Amino acid sequence: MIDQFPMQQVINGDGALVDETYKSEITIEKAKELYEYMLRARMLDKKCVNLQRQGRIGTYVQYEGQEAAQIGSAVALEQGDWMFPTYRDHAATLTFGHSMRNLLLNWLGRYEGNVPPEGVNIFPPGIPIASQLLHATGAAWAEKKRGTDRVSIVYFGDGATSEGDFHEALNFGSVFNTPTVFFNQNNGYAISVPMEKQMKSKTIAQKGLGYNIPSVRIDGNDVFAVYFTTKKAVERARAGEGPTLIEAVTWRYGAHTTADDASKYRDQSESEKRRKTADPLLRIERYLKSQSAWEQSWLKEREEAITEEIESTIKEMEAYPDPEFAHMFDHVFDTPTWTIQEQVNDHLAIKRRQSQ
Amino acid sequence: MNATDVKVKKMTMIEGVRDAMRLMLKENDDVLILGEDVGINGGVFRATEGLYEEFGEDRVIDTPLAESGIIGNSIGLAVNGFRPIAEIQFLGFIYPAFNQLMTHATRLRQRSMGRYTVPLVVRAPYGAGVRAPEIHSDSVEGLFTQMPGIKVVVPSNAYDAKGLLIASLEDPDPVIFLEPLRCYRSSRTEVPDEKYYVDIGKASVLKEGEDISVFTWGAMVMDTMKAVKELEEKRNISCEVIDLRTLYPLDKEAIASSVQKTGRAAIVHEAPATGGVSNDVLSVINDTSFLYLRSPIERVTGFDTPVPVYSLEQEYLPSSAKIQAAIEKAIDF
Repeated sequence: MIDQFPMQQVINGDGALVDETYKSEITIEKAKELYEYMLRARMLDKKCVNLQRQGRIGTYVQYEGQEAAQIGSAVALEQGDWMFPTYRDHAATLTFGHSMRNLLLNWLGRYEGNVPPEGVNIFPPGIPIASQLLHATGAAWAEKKRGTDRVSIVYFGDGATSEGDFHEALNFGSVFNTPTVFFNQNNGYAISVPMEKQMKSKTIAQKGLGYNIPSVRIDGNDVFAVYFTTKKAVERARAGEGPTLIEAVTWRYGAHTTADDASKYRDQSESEKRRKTADPLLRIERYLKSQSAWEQSWLKEREEAITEEIESTIKEMEAYPDPEFAHMFDHVFDTPTWTIQEQVNDHLAIKRRQSQ
Repeated sequence: MNATDVKVKKMTMIEGVRDAMRLMLKENDDVLILGEDVGINGGVFRATEGLYEEFGEDRVIDTPLAESGIIGNSIGLAVNGFRPIAEIQFLGFIYPAFNQLMTHATRLRQRSMGRYTVPLVVRAPYGAGVRAPEIHSDSVEGLFTQMPGIKVVVPSNAYDAKGLLIASLEDPDPVIFLEPLRCYRSSRTEVPDEKYYVDIGKASVLKEGEDISVFTWGAMVMDTMKAVKELEEKRNISCEVIDLRTLYPLDKEAIASSVQKTGRAAIVHEAPATGGVSNDVLSVINDTSFLYLRSPIERVTGFDTPVPVYSLEQEYLPSSAKIQAAIEKAIDF
């Protein structure tokens, strides 16, 4: 099966163009644009890990290493399309137009973190594994029913493909031909459980065969492979040709979250090795160098601009007004039921008594 | 329009359900029906009979056999502008969809601070007493009243079924609409042809009385009415019978005003006693009417056992004798 789904690359770890198909579309400009998105995401991720260590935000879910998979796919979408992320996909949501401040508020345990700017269709991250895949087929189905050319993309990991909802979503997508891109980030581990314990399948892509869904396996650290593959899947969906399953093979450098120690279940020297051989940013840097288009001053300037954006957003996050307890009650129903209204009143009465 | 102009038809409850769906499908292009065998087969109980022919396969949709898939896709459709009615063939088969209900349908509004909402109606036949195979007869309304963010509605006759289903389909939040199997064809009531609402959260006084308030819902309405009639023929007492119709949110005013009038209460339901909705009714009485009570509140419920196979289901279901004994115990206290 692995022969049927070879891992496709456009630019390899050394920064060499290995597939000429898209040569004319790989401009210096595009390479720099994608690099900058990845740089921004990586710098934010590193900053968030630090903020967590300093106790300035709560448990944080890092994605470092998976930037190409998330960003290459996110830039293949257009405004009006729907994104269904997991909790590790804020590189994708940020790139698709989520507010950095709100993303930071998410790590302060705030509902605002789930609210994207108006006109940007990003669902609150799916927490129970694979459950969001069904919303992606449902929302895409709605677009199809209305006759628009909008599509949905849904992110999920290797472990998610063990869940029933993964299979139900692929089946619904297939049966109703929904304009959905099933975007799998196969980073090899579901928290501590490696892929070979998770499944006998050698690839995730082959699971699409059972549902007659065109499936492709790509190097998820190759931002151009991700971008072109996703773009093709999105175009298929827009044209009414139905869903595609993309397996983007990648690696998270860090642990599952800041609350977990990856060295307990895997050899972390693998991460160090991959930083040198397969890193998403480094390979674009190498590619640009090979094209004599890399300028250290450009990188420095971009880093400074991003640092400024991140620092000012952190200030905004930290100055953000405290949550109101009403947030807990206000949005359970459109109009609070009498039980909720009574509970609010009782809660307030005690608080008033305490503050007297 | 004056009252004499209203056309009415005698209908069974399932016809009332179907009439509401037909009316809403006709009125609003965003209304869809999704479920197993709801299309050409018209539903295993004929709830959707004729709707596939009338509205086509894009509106009345036979889905793959996957309950989580039905509810999960309905959430996606609802968030993106549609008004899906998801039919779960039997309530006892809804468990694979629990995650979709509990972590998504009921929470999306709150999680997104009102940005995303789920105007979804989940319909499911439920309850014992029709000699169905195992697992088909569960009565687990308490599992849903414990889910914050969803309303729980249970009609017991055609008039209420139509009015409540229309109200549910215009509610901005998810509603689980439980259809007691035994009521589907047990009686006919007059149902107006036109559109009308039975408000969610409003109970119905089926019979006024002075000595005790008996609260019930679903198929137990029939048994309770019968038991009360028999008892009133034997003894000089008068019982008030209230069909709660909505289990979340409960009709607090109706419960309180009845108990404050009669000073006694009994609650009848077929679900297991522990965690049953009777406990919430009991709480409302405690909170609103404790000092009006002349005797402890009686409960007549199913057992804390799985609903048994059908050879034993009559042993499981609250009998007329049990309902009468509970009422007498309260009155003779």
